[in-house]
Amino acid sequence: MLTRRSALLGLTTAFGLGSARIAVAQAATDRRFVVVILRGAMDGMAAVVPYGDAALAGLRGPLVPPEPGQPDGLLDLGGRFGLHPALVNLHAMYAAGEFAPIHAVAGPYRIRSHFEAQDCLESGADHRMTSGWLNRVVAALGPTPESEALAIGVTVPLLLRGGAEVGTWAPHGPATPTTDLYARIAALNAPDPVTGTAITEGLRARGFSDAVLQGVPAERNRFAFPALAAAAGTLLATADGPRIAALELDGWDTHAAQAARVTGPLRQLDAGMAALKTSLGPIWARTTVLVMTEFGRTARINGTGGTDHGTAGVAFLLGGAVAGGRVLGTWPGLGPGQLFEDRDLAPTTDLRSVAKGALVAQFDLGAPALERIFPGSAGVAPMAGLLRV
Amino acid sequence: MDTATAHALVRFGLGHRPSDPVPADPVAWLLAQLAAPDPLAGAAPSSAEGLAALRADRKDKPPPAQSRSAALFRAGARAQLAHAVATDLPFRERLVWFWTNHFTVSVRRGQCAAVLPAFVAEAIRPHVTGRFADMLLAVMRHPAMLLYLDNASSIGPDSAAGQRSRRGLNENLARECLELHTVSPAAGYTQQDVTAFAAMLTGWSIDLRADPPGFRFRPGAHQPGTQTVLGQAFPPGEAGGLAALAFLAAHPATHRHLATQLTRHFVADEPPPAAIRAIEAVLRDTNGDLGAAAAALARLETPPGAKLRTPQELAVASLRALDLPEDRHPDLLATLAALGQPFWRAPAPNGWPDTAGDWAGPEAMVRRIDFAWTVAGRSNAPDPLALAETVQGPLLDPDTRLAMQRAASRREALTLFLAAPAFQRR
Repeated sequence: MLTRRSALLGLTTAFGLGSARIAVAQAATDRRFVVVILRGAMDGMAAVVPYGDAALAGLRGPLVPPEPGQPDGLLDLGGRFGLHPALVNLHAMYAAGEFAPIHAVAGPYRIRSHFEAQDCLESGADHRMTSGWLNRVVAALGPTPESEALAIGVTVPLLLRGGAEVGTWAPHGPATPTTDLYARIAALNAPDPVTGTAITEGLRARGFSDAVLQGVPAERNRFAFPALAAAAGTLLATADGPRIAALELDGWDTHAAQAARVTGPLRQLDAGMAALKTSLGPIWARTTVLVMTEFGRTARINGTGGTDHGTAGVAFLLGGAVAGGRVLGTWPGLGPGQLFEDRDLAPTTDLRSVAKGALVAQFDLGAPALERIFPGSAGVAPMAGLLRV
Repeated sequence: MDTATAHALVRFGLGHRPSDPVPADPVAWLLAQLAAPDPLAGAAPSSAEGLAALRADRKDKPPPAQSRSAALFRAGARAQLAHAVATDLPFRERLVWFWTNHFTVSVRRGQCAAVLPAFVAEAIRPHVTGRFADMLLAVMRHPAMLLYLDNASSIGPDSAAGQRSRRGLNENLARECLELHTVSPAAGYTQQDVTAFAAMLTGWSIDLRADPPGFRFRPGAHQPGTQTVLGQAFPPGEAGGLAALAFLAAHPATHRHLATQLTRHFVADEPPPAAIRAIEAVLRDTNGDLGAAAAALARLETPPGAKLRTPQELAVASLRALDLPEDRHPDLLATLAALGQPFWRAPAPNGWPDTAGDWAGPEAMVRRIDFAWTVAGRSNAPDPLALAETVQGPLLDPDTRLAMQRAASRREALTLFLAAPAFQRR
């Protein structure tokens, strides 16, 4: 199957895909649902900037791009929020009414550990479970006669692990770490008289500049995520293909030099969503995409031009049926006393209500199914009106 | 896990596997492995099966990659590497690797491929805790070594076969036996000694037509007459070679050479003279008991982390640390080739080098990072830091711990763990 689909997709094995992966599943539906996990905690206020909040500049002035209309300025979302200038395709989707950011979103947990928070995010609960909520969506939709694993080549994310059959697709070959991880490993080895020098020289010989090795970000492989997103779209558009997909994109942990560092991942995400839409073709009208991250980042800039682990952030909904063109959620404000624990954007919307709202509209799932998908969420009502059904 | 245990697991073993019990007493754990039988000692396929495959390949000449010999080699190499990842006797396996490298046979000589797995199973494994003289004899009579260093075709000029043909002496095996396997140049042997020893080994050959094919002493190819090596006279015939090997195995220079090599491998690139003397004394006093020498190594008090892991040690230790199920293992033959130590394919008869400088090439070290990233991506470990603590105990340093805590994903954390200096060393 892998071979046939790989051939179908015209994909070769030579992608450098260190920071991106996909996994897919069959399901008994003709609608499509895609979840994108942004691992490392995307800074919600960098992606969807609340430039209308008077307290913003005092908290993180150096991280805020110019206002809309100015050179390299924000892309306006109606006078209060602006998209990061790298998100041009998403801005076009916003204008077309197919994209809605939801601000001040967080899951039911208040932990600032990447691993634990990602576990909760994928489990759909306030603790780690052995299966992921998207797998339970597949189970709720029911198996299909064609249900089959695509190929187990790499790790399936917890989000899609569980009882229902799931396949992953990823090209084999020399996947390598990000430049940033190379730089951290070089720093870790620096005190070692043998390995330290060798690793620095080796990276230099591979064309990494000294600046990069000292932690200044380099351009990532800009084509990896868009290529995988396009592949996901092609798979999902196949008549007997999968209906559910999970995409992962790393690189959001911007503790230092965030203004420079966050642009690359945002650009990849933006290009990836455009590539997904294009490759889905007419199926885009029946597709809903949820983009989520494990938590937001601190409201204040830190001492190294970055932000640290925070609480509320932003989620995205996009797709042909999304009732977009507006910023959803309740803005908690950034003024005195409005921050969570005096450091983070305060959460006002439970991420589960966004996911449940999207699932209800997309698949007409009832309350018992939603309770199985998100255990212990009976008190969290599905957000209404997310799709133009 | 205390420091002594953590140290024993990496210096003498292949790193801790989280699913294994932590040894209660590290020295007792090491000594018990020396007493335990090696399940792969004498395991199939035998050298007779390997030679039969070589014979069939020579008859119908398939493309090298599709030959029976290549298939036997790949299967045998994969099986022995998989055993290293899985074994409960990692000290014994490390000794197997040490002695296999001491008596290097390399598949760079393609004709050795079919019998190389059998060489390790038959000539090395049964003897790693036995007597050095027995291992030396098993090696020198093994078809793999006789093919690798050309002795199978060495002919005494004055033998019946030598008189009939223009072929003659090949001193390759004799020279390497003196230089690398036994007394080393420190013994002060001369070219005359090498020539004499080569003459004594003429006729030590392979009968490829016999059923089963195997070692055969060919009197018709043996150089007649008494020979003198290092001042000692030996009679002609197969008995002369046997006596010479026994003499070389028991030579004080051999004990010194083996002690230096063993301590360089298990203690430090520049081993302390006292450590060399201690192991040398054990070899002398026990008449070359390799088990006793290994036990003495295990009891030496030495600082941890002095040695850089070889690619082979690093790759196997990484898979053990991550406790990956076998269906998630990368192809270790391809991995070791990429990391610069293709399995059983050393460039020359002196085997793989054994100092950090030889392995810490810039590109080689970056490839270790890429390997770490690859295998880290195959792990489902829920808590990388807990795994690192279980695997390395007190050898996990604060810098590595901090870098792992700051990692943005499990895969990054595990990559940092495997690429940190503490994991690169043993």
